Amino acid sequence: MGLTAAEIEALRLSLLVSAAAVAGSLPFGVLVAWVLARLRFPGKTLLDGFVHLPLVLPPVVVGYVLLVSLGRNGPLGALLERWFGIAVAFTWKGAAVASAVIAFPLMVRAIRLALEGVDRRLEQAARTLGCGPVETFFTVTLPLALPGISAGVVLAFARSLSEFGATITFVSNIPGETRTLPLALYALIQTPGGEAAAARLCAISVVLAFAALLASEALARRFARRLEG
Amino acid sequence: MLDLAVRRTQGVFTLDVSFAAGSGVTALFGRSGSGKTSVINMVAGLSRPDDGRIVVGGRLLFDSGRRIDVPPEDRRVGCVFQEARLFPHLSVRANLTFGMKRLAPAERKIPFDVVIGVLGIDHLLERHPARLSGGEKQRVAIGRALLASPRILLMDEPLAALDAARKEEVLPFIARVARQFAVPMLYVSHSMDEVLRLADTLVLIDGGRVAAVGTVESVLARTDLRPLTGRYDAGAVVEGIVAGHDEDFGVTRLAFGGGELVVGRLALAIGTRTRVRIHARDVAIALDRPERISVRNVLPCVVRSVAAAEGHLVDVVLDCGGSPLWSQITRQAQAALALAPGLPVHALIKAVTIARGDVAGR
Repeated sequence: MGLTAAEIEALRLSLLVSAAAVAGSLPFGVLVAWVLARLRFPGKTLLDGFVHLPLVLPPVVVGYVLLVSLGRNGPLGALLERWFGIAVAFTWKGAAVASAVIAFPLMVRAIRLALEGVDRRLEQAARTLGCGPVETFFTVTLPLALPGISAGVVLAFARSLSEFGATITFVSNIPGETRTLPLALYALIQTPGGEAAAARLCAISVVLAFAALLASEALARRFARRLEG
Repeated sequence: MLDLAVRRTQGVFTLDVSFAAGSGVTALFGRSGSGKTSVINMVAGLSRPDDGRIVVGGRLLFDSGRRIDVPPEDRRVGCVFQEARLFPHLSVRANLTFGMKRLAPAERKIPFDVVIGVLGIDHLLERHPARLSGGEKQRVAIGRALLASPRILLMDEPLAALDAARKEEVLPFIARVARQFAVPMLYVSHSMDEVLRLADTLVLIDGGRVAAVGTVESVLARTDLRPLTGRYDAGAVVEGIVAGHDEDFGVTRLAFGGGELVVGRLALAIGTRTRVRIHARDVAIALDRPERISVRNVLPCVVRSVAAAEGHLVDVVLDCGGSPLWSQITRQAQAALALAPGLPVHALIKAVTIARGDVAGR
């Protein structure tokens, strides 16, 4: 049973959108997680709440906010288009932005936990050995937090794969541009006689999700082995 | 080498410490909670005094008045902590070179091969810290700090987390490091055994303040400091030289100002300078020289002072050819012998009471 052209297209788009979403948000995720894990400042609870908002809001709300702000006529969208010539509305890039925003809290939570688990006394030891704070972060903190960071990445990737509400609200359901697996599935279900094809997409989704989980397990084992020498 | 005056208030505890330490090993000795570790952290730059001044090797590292606070990475101060704090994601070799490779080659004063030779860790280089024993970890931590060519080596109870056997394993390495590399050492400890075996200078800390500073011998010779130096550990420290061994009986003779001291066979060459602690509880006093007695060390002395100690005990300080000896006896015994300053007596010390931990080669 080979995949149809439409299925391959949806699969490709899903992987592309999710990969772009994770890759684009990872640096911000690490930064925000570090700020939440290590700094104390007034308004920290507020920032924490704001970061977690997409987790508890209906995705449609997130999609609507993105549409209003990043759409062609939105304040941010207009700036993006004028300065960088980038239009995200109704493109796969917009789908990636929507996925990134929705998956961000999950990524930050995992990375924050990992950073909080790093023994700060090791960072102090690095400092006394002539290693500045930034270098210490990259040579000691980050490597030690890597298992947690990879867990955050996998989690965010999986969440991006399953993103639906914010995506369809923000960038609509355009075949070949924004029609990822969940959106393709939705389109098929709306079509009379599309049940069989929908079932095939379901199967693909399950396989993909399962593969992501297995990959994350394998990664975690590798990191653990490395720390045990 | 180290010149320090720091103050810091934390809740109800006030740390107010100032002392200067020369080359060699300076021990910071005191009970837990007395502020020893805080001093180390301030020298390392890991915590900041409210005010004060810290100078290491002629370089000003902290001065509250001039708003100077050199960050830890620029202080060139080596630290060995109670827990080894090795980087678990790096091999032993990468741990060892972590500080070294951040130095310009011209600044690397201590060669890699010499350090791993002295510390006996050459067979561990490719392992990860998780595969090391506690003693091995601590040796690697010492090597890592040394290889960063520090101006001073700070050791914060490096043996406290080890069991007795591991302590005995690591202690000689620290002694060798102190002798072989010309790096001054500030050694925090609450174990008098370690202080005796390593330190030249002793800084006694109590309740966040310096109670006494001086050579180990001079500080330990002060009876007024006994509550701080340890009641059961108390004893005078005598410097001597290995005069000879009697292989038939398995004993070693140590020459010191007051004559000769017979102790169990020491693995030290003839002529080695040694430091011996003689516990006050183990010194008996006789007015006449006893004959036909098992006690091997009968040393003529003069009573220098008699002071009441806790309960039914008195501390008697004896002058034994210039070296102070302490004896702790009951008040009843003191009365029966009418011990008073100036009285010539004999100090009796059983050779078996001087244990290996009491003798340190210098």
